Amino acid sequence: MKKVLIQFAHPARSKSSINNAMRRAVEGLDNVTVNDLYAMYPEFLIDIEREQALCEQHDIIVFQHPFYWYSTPAIMKEWQDLVLQHGWAFGSKGNALRDKLYLQAFTAGGDADTFQEHGKNFFTIREFMAPLIATVSLCKMQWLPPFVVTGVHRGLPQDKVQYYAEQYRKVILALRDKHVDLNAASQAESINANIDSVLLEVV
Amino acid sequence: MDGFLLQLFIFLAAAGVAVPIAKKLGLGSVLGYLVAGVAIGPFGLSLVNNIESIMHFTEFGVVMMLFLVGLELRPSLLWKMRVPILGVGGTQVVLTTAIICLVGLYFLPWQQALAVGLTLSLSSTAIVLQTLKERGQMDTSAGRSIFSVLLFQDLAVIPMLAGIPLLATLSMSGDAHTSAALFDINSLPAYQQALITVAAIGLVLVVGKYASGPMFRSIAAAKVREVFVASALGLVIGTSVLMLLVGLSPALGAFLAGVTLSDSEFRHQLESDIDPIKGLLLGIFFISSGALLNFALIGEKFAVIVSMALGLMTVKWLILVLIGRVFKIHKDDRPLFAVSIAQGGEFAFVLFQMARSNGVLPADVIEPILSAVAISMFLTPIVFVLYDKWESKKPTESPEQEPDFVDKKGHRVILAGFGRSGTDVGRFLQSAGITPVILDHDAHNVSILRKFGFEVYFGDATRLDLLESAGAHDAELLIVTTGDPESSLHLIEIAHKHFPHLKIVASAQNRRTMYEMMDLGVTNVFRETFGGALEVGKAALKELGMEPYRAHRLALIFQKKDREIAFEMYKLRGEENSYISSFHEHHANLEKIMELDIADDRGEIDKAWTSKSPES
Repeated sequence: MKKVLIQFAHPARSKSSINNAMRRAVEGLDNVTVNDLYAMYPEFLIDIEREQALCEQHDIIVFQHPFYWYSTPAIMKEWQDLVLQHGWAFGSKGNALRDKLYLQAFTAGGDADTFQEHGKNFFTIREFMAPLIATVSLCKMQWLPPFVVTGVHRGLPQDKVQYYAEQYRKVILALRDKHVDLNAASQAESINANIDSVLLEVV
Repeated sequence: MDGFLLQLFIFLAAAGVAVPIAKKLGLGSVLGYLVAGVAIGPFGLSLVNNIESIMHFTEFGVVMMLFLVGLELRPSLLWKMRVPILGVGGTQVVLTTAIICLVGLYFLPWQQALAVGLTLSLSSTAIVLQTLKERGQMDTSAGRSIFSVLLFQDLAVIPMLAGIPLLATLSMSGDAHTSAALFDINSLPAYQQALITVAAIGLVLVVGKYASGPMFRSIAAAKVREVFVASALGLVIGTSVLMLLVGLSPALGAFLAGVTLSDSEFRHQLESDIDPIKGLLLGIFFISSGALLNFALIGEKFAVIVSMALGLMTVKWLILVLIGRVFKIHKDDRPLFAVSIAQGGEFAFVLFQMARSNGVLPADVIEPILSAVAISMFLTPIVFVLYDKWESKKPTESPEQEPDFVDKKGHRVILAGFGRSGTDVGRFLQSAGITPVILDHDAHNVSILRKFGFEVYFGDATRLDLLESAGAHDAELLIVTTGDPESSLHLIEIAHKHFPHLKIVASAQNRRTMYEMMDLGVTNVFRETFGGALEVGKAALKELGMEPYRAHRLALIFQKKDREIAFEMYKLRGEENSYISSFHEHHANLEKIMELDIADDRGEIDKAWTSKSPES
C-alpha cells in the first residue's frame, strides 16, 4: 500500500460543497493524509521543514484545489516557492521527491467544452498545466493528468457532487493500492475522463 | 415571630427534600413543589396553616416573573410578536371561553357559564414558563408561540377582573369591596379614573425609559450590592403598588416596567438580582397550591372532578391543536404547543375567589371546578414528561446534517470585560458579524460605551448568577478580557465549574497570569500587549529601512515562535534556574531563526528567492 498525501488548498472551504464532498470522501482512509494548507497556515507562514517531511513520508502527492485564474490558489504557489528548495527538490543533490507520483485534483468553473482552442478559454486544461508539468519534471516526479471537475460555476446538483466525490475516492484508492495503469493514465486528458480504462481493477 | 419562622422552615425544608427528588426523576421542579405542598398540607402531615394568605402573598412571584419576562422582551421583539400574541392568544381565549361556556349552559345559567368559561380559558403562566425555562425551550419557536398565548391571557385577566363582577346574579355575600391602600380611585368620576390610569402607565414607561438609567447608575457607583438588589426589588414592588392603586393588574405593570428596561445596560444585573427572589416566592406559591388541594372534596366527588380535569385538558388541547393548524405553527412545534398550555391556571384561584365574593358563582360550583383546575395543574409536569417520552420515540425525519463551520447564525458569545483589550475584541467580533453579550463592572465605562452604540451590560462577570442571566448555559464561548488577573482567574474557575461546555479564550495581563490560566487548562491565552508590541516593532524595522514584507514576515515568525516557547517555558515555571536558562536559550534560538530569515544567502526561505531557483 502506497502512502498518499492530499494537500488541500481552498481559502473558503465552507463555500464549496464539491471540494468538501471530495475531501470527505478521502479523509480517514488508511494511508491517506489530508493536510489543509489554508487551515494550517492562515497567515501564509508555511512551515518548510514540516512540509518537506510530509512529502518525504508519502509516495503520492495530490493537490486538491479550485482552479483559480487558470491556475492554483495563492497558497499553493507560495508552497512551491518555499518548499521546493534547491538541493532538496531539484538540482544535482535534490532528490527528495524522485519518482513520487504527482496529481492535481481541481474544480473548474467553466464547462469542459470551453477548454479548447476555439472555446471561450482558448487553451486545453493540459496546456494550462504547463508550468506545473515542468515543475514536476524538474523535481523528478511522475506527473499524472489531473482529476478534473468542470462546470461548477452554476453549482453542481447534489447527485453530481456525490458522483464526483465517489470517483475521486476510487482514484485515490486505486493509486494507493497500485491499481492504476500509469501508462494509460498518462495519455488521458484527465485521469477521470475515462476512468475505467485507467483503473486496473474495480476497487 | 417564632410561628412565622417555623412555618417558613417547614416550607423551605419540604422544598429542599421534594424538589431534588422530583428533578432527579426528571419531573421538573414544579411538580416537586406541588408534592411538597400536599405532603405538608392539611391532607398530608398537616404541618402548616394559614395557607391561603401565604399563597396570596407569594402570588407576587408571578408579578416578578412577568417583570423578568418583560426584561427579556425588547419592544421591537414585542412588536414583531403582535400577530401571535393577538391572533393566536386572542383566538385561544375567545374559542376556549365560548366552548366551555356552551358546555356550562347545560348545568348553569348563562352568566355563571360565561364566568366559568372565561376563568378556565386561562392557563398556568407560572408552571409553564418555569418548566419551559428549566427545559431551555423559551427561545424555541414552540416556546415563543406558547409564550404569546400566556402573555395574552395575562393581559386578558385585567378586563376579566373588571367584567366578571357585572355577571353577578346572586345576592352579595361577604365583602366585595376591595379597598386601596392610599385612596380609592373608584370614588372619582370616570374620566378622572381613566386619566389617572393612563398617567400611571405613562409614569411606568417614562421612569423605566429615562429615570431608571441615572438612578441605577448612581446606585451601582456606590458598589454596595444589596442596595442594588433593594432598589431593583423596590422598582418592581413600586410598580405593582401603583397598578393596584389605579385598579390595573400588577403583573401587567411589572411586565411593562420589564420591557422598558430591556434595553438598559442593567438588564442582566436586574435579572440576576430578582431571579432568586422570584424563584423562592414561586416555589412557596406552588407549595401552597399543593397544600390547598382539597382531598376531602376530591374523594367525595372523585369521578366528577377527575373527569372535569381530564375533560378540561382535552378540550383545551383540541382547541390548541386546531389553532396550531390555522395559524400555521410549524408542524414539529404543534404537539408541544398544544400539550403545554392545556391546563387551568393559577388565575382561576383569583378569579373564582372574586366571583364568589361578588355573587357571580356559588361556592358549590366553584369548589369542584377549582379542584379540577388544581389537578390539571398538577398533571402538567407529568404531561411534559409523557410528551418527552413520545417525542423521543418519534423517528427523526431529516438525516443528520453536516455541521457548518462558518457563518452559523446565533453564535452565543459572552465577552467579559470591555476595557482596553475587550473593546477591540468586541469591535472586531462585531465587524465579523458576531454580537457578543458584553459585561463590564464599571458603570461609568458602561454608560459611555453605550453612547457609542455598544451593547454593554453592567455587572460583575465573576458572579455566577449574572453569568447565568447573560446566557452562559446556552453560550458557546467565553472571552475573558477583564483586565485584572484576579478576577480573570476567578471567572475562568467559575466557568469551568458551572459551565464546563464553554470554550474559553482569554487575554492575560502578563506572563505569570498566562501561566496561571494555563494551569486552569486554558490553552487559548494571549498576552494583551503582545499584538501591539509586535506592530510597534514592525513599524520600527520599516522605519530603519527594512522591506515592509520582510518586516511583516519577521513579525509573523516571532509571533509563532514566541507562542511555541511560551508553552515550553510554561512547563518549566517554578524551577527558577532552569526557567531563566531556558529563556535565554530559547531567545538565542529565536535570534538564530530570525537571522536565517534576514541573512541574504543563507536563509532557508531565501533559497526560494535566490538565483538557484529555477527561472529566477
